[in-house]
Amino acid sequence: MSLLPDLRLTAALATAKGTYRATQLLGRSGGTAIPGLVAERVDPLLIGKLAARLPEGAIVVAGTNGKTTTARMLAEILTAAGKSVLNNGAGSNLSRGIATAFARQSSLLGWPGADIAVIETDEGAFPGVVAAVRPRVIVLNNLFRDQLDRYGELNSVAAKWKIALSRLGPGTSLVFDADDPTLCALADAAPAGTSLVPFGLGPHAYTLPELTHAADAVLCTKCGAPLEYHALSVGHLGDWYCPTGDNARPPLAFAATNIRLLGMEGATFTVSHEAARPFDITTRVPGLYNIYNALGASVTAVTLGVTSEIVAGALRTFVAPFGRIERVALHGRRLTLALIKNPTGANEVLRLVTSATPAPLLLCINDLIADGRDVSWLWDTDFEMLADYPAPISVSGIRAFDMAVRLKYAGVPEERISVVPTIADALVAVAEQASPDSDAYVLPTYTAMLAAREALHTLGALRDVWATAERR
Amino acid sequence: MTNYSLRITWLYPRLMNIYGDRGNVRALEQRCRWRGIAADIARVGIGDELTAGETDIYFFGGGQDREQVAVAADLRGPTGEAIRRDMAADVVALTVCGGYQLFGHYYRPYETEDLPGIGIFDAWSDAGPDRFIGNVLSETEWGTLVGFENHSGRTFLGEGTRPFGRVVVGHGNNGQDGTEGAMTRNAFGCYLHGSLLPKNPAFADHLIGLALRRKYGPDAMLLPLDDTMEGEAHAAAAHRAKQTR
Ligand SMILES: [Zn+2]
Repeated sequence: MSLLPDLRLTAALATAKGTYRATQLLGRSGGTAIPGLVAERVDPLLIGKLAARLPEGAIVVAGTNGKTTTARMLAEILTAAGKSVLNNGAGSNLSRGIATAFARQSSLLGWPGADIAVIETDEGAFPGVVAAVRPRVIVLNNLFRDQLDRYGELNSVAAKWKIALSRLGPGTSLVFDADDPTLCALADAAPAGTSLVPFGLGPHAYTLPELTHAADAVLCTKCGAPLEYHALSVGHLGDWYCPTGDNARPPLAFAATNIRLLGMEGATFTVSHEAARPFDITTRVPGLYNIYNALGASVTAVTLGVTSEIVAGALRTFVAPFGRIERVALHGRRLTLALIKNPTGANEVLRLVTSATPAPLLLCINDLIADGRDVSWLWDTDFEMLADYPAPISVSGIRAFDMAVRLKYAGVPEERISVVPTIADALVAVAEQASPDSDAYVLPTYTAMLAAREALHTLGALRDVWATAERR
Repeated sequence: MTNYSLRITWLYPRLMNIYGDRGNVRALEQRCRWRGIAADIARVGIGDELTAGETDIYFFGGGQDREQVAVAADLRGPTGEAIRRDMAADVVALTVCGGYQLFGHYYRPYETEDLPGIGIFDAWSDAGPDRFIGNVLSETEWGTLVGFENHSGRTFLGEGTRPFGRVVVGHGNNGQDGTEGAMTRNAFGCYLHGSLLPKNPAFADHLIGLALRRKYGPDAMLLPLDDTMEGEAHAAAAHRAKQTR
């Protein structure tokens, strides 16, 4: 390691820090992208140089759904274990956002100012980030169909990931959700020295009767036959096997057992491990899909040597980040915000909402670039689950009427759907539909969630719009 | 208006199921049901048996490249033959994106072999260097249709093949000649996701009307529906199309 200052890196960091202060002074939202963008122009190797100087290395978290929650859970566990953690926030998971997070925390001379980094990356950015960061651990959650106009087809994303994983350095740990057959096939591509840590769900009571429409057709990578499931949990995730007998979910290093879902309140489960004592997790983050996130974070932390007591303690107090089951009080009602962005993720949120206490529901649909310009995904999502929803439903956002039509064709009686184009008005309306001290649910797309948080801030319900986005 | 019933055959729903094209089947089904027309949906996958003469409306959506290869292979068997016979008998069909391409003569990828289609449309598609992605407005006999295109294939129509529409916004068939989609007899092909039919109810009703008249004679009539909400969604989508491209 060179002790001489790296002038290019220092110049890049100075530029980033200056730009960051400028965006803060201008009150620009977040300021997560531009500093990193300009810094990488000065020194394209910035992320890699800083990551190489982290005493305990970097962890990269990727996947279509749940990566923000998983990364944030892991960061909190590691913080509870006494480490100083660098973590990029939601909405800054492209290379430039990661560069911003590194630049903000490091010294001008290029010392990263943290023991360990937990880096969340976007599916498209994953290969480049892995090549730059050379992580110690990679955590892969799942790979679902997502915003086709942005990411392209699932097969092409998987092919790029496979190349990235085939180039991992020796000794890298790959923690992956073995309930996802696509990830298992990718893990097979990792070089011989990789340490594979498959996790998944043990037997549980919340299985799906059949593959949802949104589930991608999963064909056996060995013989091409359609896969079958002993138990199906979320989308195409589950205890899968090939009917020809040549392929199946690998034995799990860690399994979530004794799963109990407690409606919108949270969940409990046990982390079971063949060689270690099982331990119990209680989380306030609800839904079966969040069991995967909590399990992935727990497994990674245990792999890094954190004790089960610290893991369980950190998850017990964990509050979901930035719109992922975020709870906000408005006019004396409890609003629960849950981001929806693709069919499988949205299906899980709908499963959660329809299994919880019925409450007024607001769906906010935008079609800006970060949401995906194409709203076709609404038709792949099973809004049919809301056909007999017993509470009022309203829609808002740029594509409010697309959502209204989707509900109408899903079988929701037209007279039960109200359209409130402005998100701020819609939030107030949905709160007022709820009785004092009771719940209302708000399901926004990404930029609609930003708009909702701005509106809640203006209404005095949210202290700081970006608070949970950039807590670190 | 009693006792009308239509069979909608959904081709390869498990493999050609991305881009929200399911909404078209949902729209046909619901718009029949709301009028008291019985609609049953038959799903035909790879290796399944399809009998000619039983279908009133076909729907065939878009899929990923890999799935399209498997589907093209299946169409070379009896399923493709049954569809061809039905098309010659004026059965109604809506095909979108990958389904539209396979209703032409062939799809030619960059490096791999041609995927043969079933040649309903005198049209062929070549892989292009980039994808056409974005909102589309297409001027047709049934008004301005709103949709969303996302395709790398460039489709060209043979002489005498009628385009389904002309693009006002977007790239359409090939980005060159201003055409969007194709139509032959009662078969329609296009690149319009969105889904197409829920936001373009007049065209959805045109398909249902064609199928009813073919089956029950020229007097078969469609009761009007209240399409206010669909109209608002159409207007919002058209507005976004002009803003975003
Ligand atoms: Zn197999």
